[in-house]
Amino acid sequence: MTDLSAEFQQHISDAVAKESPINLVGGNTKQFYGREPLGEVLNVADNTGIVDYEPTELVITVRNGTALSQLEAVLADQGQMLGFEPPSFGQKSTIGGVIASGLSGPRRPFSGAVRDHLLGCKIINGYADILSFGGTVMKNVAGYDLSRLMAGSMGTLGLIVEASLKVVPKPEIEETWWQEIKGNAVIQLMSQLLQKPFPFSGLHYDGKRLFYRLCGSSEAIKQSAETLGGEQLNNDRDFWLSLKNQTSEFFQEEMPLWRISVAPATEPLSLAGSDMLDWGGALRWLKSDESAQHVYQTVAEAGGHATLFRGGERDGLVFQALPTDLMQIQQRLKHAFDPKGLFNQGRMYPEF
Amino acid sequence: MSYQIHASERVNHAIDLKDFVASLKSIIPAQSILTEQEELKPYECDGLAAYTQVPWLVVLPETIAQIQSIMKLCHQHGVPVVARGAGTGLSGGSLPLDNGVLLSVARLNQIVDIDVPNRTARVQPGVRNLAISEAVKRFGLFYAPDPSSQIACTIGGNVAENSGGVHCLKYGLTVHNVQKISVITADGSLIVIGGAGLDGPGYDLPALMTGSEGMLGIAVEVTVKLTPLPESIQLLLAVFDTVEQAGEAVAGIIAAGITPAGLEMMDNATIRAAENFVGAGYPVDAAAILLCELDGGHATVMAETHKVRQLLVELGACEVRLAVDAIEQQTMWAGRKAAFPAIGQISPDYYCMDGTIPRKHLGAVLKRIHQLAEQFGLAVANVFHAGDGNLHPLILYDANVPGELEKAEQLGSEILICCVEMGGTITGEHGVGIEKINAMCAQFSSAELDQFHRVKAAFDPAGILNPGKAIPTLNRCAEFGAMHVHTATRQSQLNRF
Repeated sequence: MTDLSAEFQQHISDAVAKESPINLVGGNTKQFYGREPLGEVLNVADNTGIVDYEPTELVITVRNGTALSQLEAVLADQGQMLGFEPPSFGQKSTIGGVIASGLSGPRRPFSGAVRDHLLGCKIINGYADILSFGGTVMKNVAGYDLSRLMAGSMGTLGLIVEASLKVVPKPEIEETWWQEIKGNAVIQLMSQLLQKPFPFSGLHYDGKRLFYRLCGSSEAIKQSAETLGGEQLNNDRDFWLSLKNQTSEFFQEEMPLWRISVAPATEPLSLAGSDMLDWGGALRWLKSDESAQHVYQTVAEAGGHATLFRGGERDGLVFQALPTDLMQIQQRLKHAFDPKGLFNQGRMYPEF
Repeated sequence: MSYQIHASERVNHAIDLKDFVASLKSIIPAQSILTEQEELKPYECDGLAAYTQVPWLVVLPETIAQIQSIMKLCHQHGVPVVARGAGTGLSGGSLPLDNGVLLSVARLNQIVDIDVPNRTARVQPGVRNLAISEAVKRFGLFYAPDPSSQIACTIGGNVAENSGGVHCLKYGLTVHNVQKISVITADGSLIVIGGAGLDGPGYDLPALMTGSEGMLGIAVEVTVKLTPLPESIQLLLAVFDTVEQAGEAVAGIIAAGITPAGLEMMDNATIRAAENFVGAGYPVDAAAILLCELDGGHATVMAETHKVRQLLVELGACEVRLAVDAIEQQTMWAGRKAAFPAIGQISPDYYCMDGTIPRKHLGAVLKRIHQLAEQFGLAVANVFHAGDGNLHPLILYDANVPGELEKAEQLGSEILICCVEMGGTITGEHGVGIEKINAMCAQFSSAELDQFHRVKAAFDPAGILNPGKAIPTLNRCAEFGAMHVHTATRQSQLNRF
């Protein structure tokens, strides 16, 4: 348990005075994600500790450097978990990095994303001010919601030093079934399933097999599984972990990996390569050698957005380009937090 | 009473009303522009009727293009604009300006598209909240956030205020149920934020826009997430001899790993008023009642109902009732949903607070509210979204008695400060508006307020969208906000979030 926020504040204040760009690094497990980092490294992983946790409040307040694995273990002891099932790309993954990258796992369509569980944040902005937004309560509309804005901002708006997260009870039971489905039928099938109140907590298609995870009481799961059919999957916990943490075979190949976000019922995109579906079709992982421009254009035409998740050109566009008006607003927003443009310069877009 | 905008928050402009109306007429038909006193009067307040201000003029556009042109014209002349949905807000968020345009989105009231395969609906901002659920019911879907005013309130207003409701304990607030928003910014640009899928590129602007009280842009089309209707619903009513026991029962249910669809609490004053008003069959001698709704698949709901029933008895409920059918469920809910009007019947006026606290402090805060009420000599009835820790103390007063409104406001401020001291917030779901703008000085430091102002300027550099709401100027805080809670708590052990 160490509170280093005063040290960070001093460091940032000095960097601001020197106009020296800052590269925020937590567990350094996601250095592959986003554009090439620039600036002098500020290691923020040592700011650790659980500040407050009362299971009956369903809220935990943690310092940014707290290891995700430690946080998850503390919650599991109380029969609770993070509802957004964040991916972990290494043992050193920190909660600050989880929030800054804004990535959520297979449970996301059913229980929400990082931002949906982020109740409050303490940050240090580009004025070297320590600021608190949001809180520890479930509902809070006092002032603009600047804490949720931090989720997925890739550290470009400031350093998150502390966060309060909503936590959820672990399901009583969770089990997974699978069945073989032809690729051309799966999108429609998933869409139909999602229109019904099945207690899903995962719906994934690996190109051949549809996997569905059910949660709740044993009776509820039994009833749903009988209706849905398929075979039960053994070791399903490891299966979902390997999908979430990208340790399964699909993710091992050396080829640019794209994360594609579209409306779930969108027909398969005409992009070469191999893909698989998560989030009931709303998230698509694509391994492809197609040109970045072609991927971005195809996905934009389908109404979605693409991210060059791993590999490929890391100094080009990694996130989908924004229309001019929207880019200008994002630039002004960045400026509102970090007027000298020092935090994680260019990590998200070349423009800021 | 007539509301006086703080001098530091007033946006001045030099254009004459007649000239401005003439320019407007080239954009929208004359009948969509209201300038006569008797036409303007109905717009003088929103749901916070204690404050009034007759607008400079009202415009009733029918298309997105018209709103864009209106905004461009206002931007050109530096004329401030207040957007308004149904005007049901409880914090004065759409209180008009004496020198500004009141832009009503009421005529943009079409459900543009229902996308069943993707479980979304694309709606115009003037669509009523309940109308969405009604329109998609035949597909086995509903729109989950359900503020008590859902018959009347609009999606545009819901987005502006990040509205909650009885069922947000399980299904989330507006922010959790909106995927994409078309927004017209202060200079008349149209931007689309969010995505067709579950997220969008760049900063999460839908999260920022939701709850920004019409100060960053005007939502002109909203894509909302639809949820499958639950297979089964059960409603339990538990009766308690003390409010503290009821509070502990709330914590007990949550601790048991159950997430009810709704978990509501009413104190004796509210029970009596509601019973008198709708005859819901509430026990009028109870110190408090809890309404606990469970929904989901048949098997789950049956199992959970059994578990919660046992828990409630173990945690001190002297009686637990189970609604036998949908009609009895409706009756039991009717009292809760009519709590505000019911209080309106027993008191000439009431002032509704919206503080939110960590659930564990429920008992302590209620005790404090009781003490404060006695000290101020005013009655307070409590009704709250207990599962969320969101309190709605209703302060009863009579506006015709000189000084009573001021007294009610002072009592309200004290209650809010107590909520902040307990680690909570001044507003859970009603928004700051004008009502709690001074209390913002207690919750946020000047550096934090500065950050809010810079975010505002990123969207609206001239500050023409809804000036004088939600975020106080530092001048205002210097004048009214001499109660900064945070500087004191920052060093203490009290968690300040």
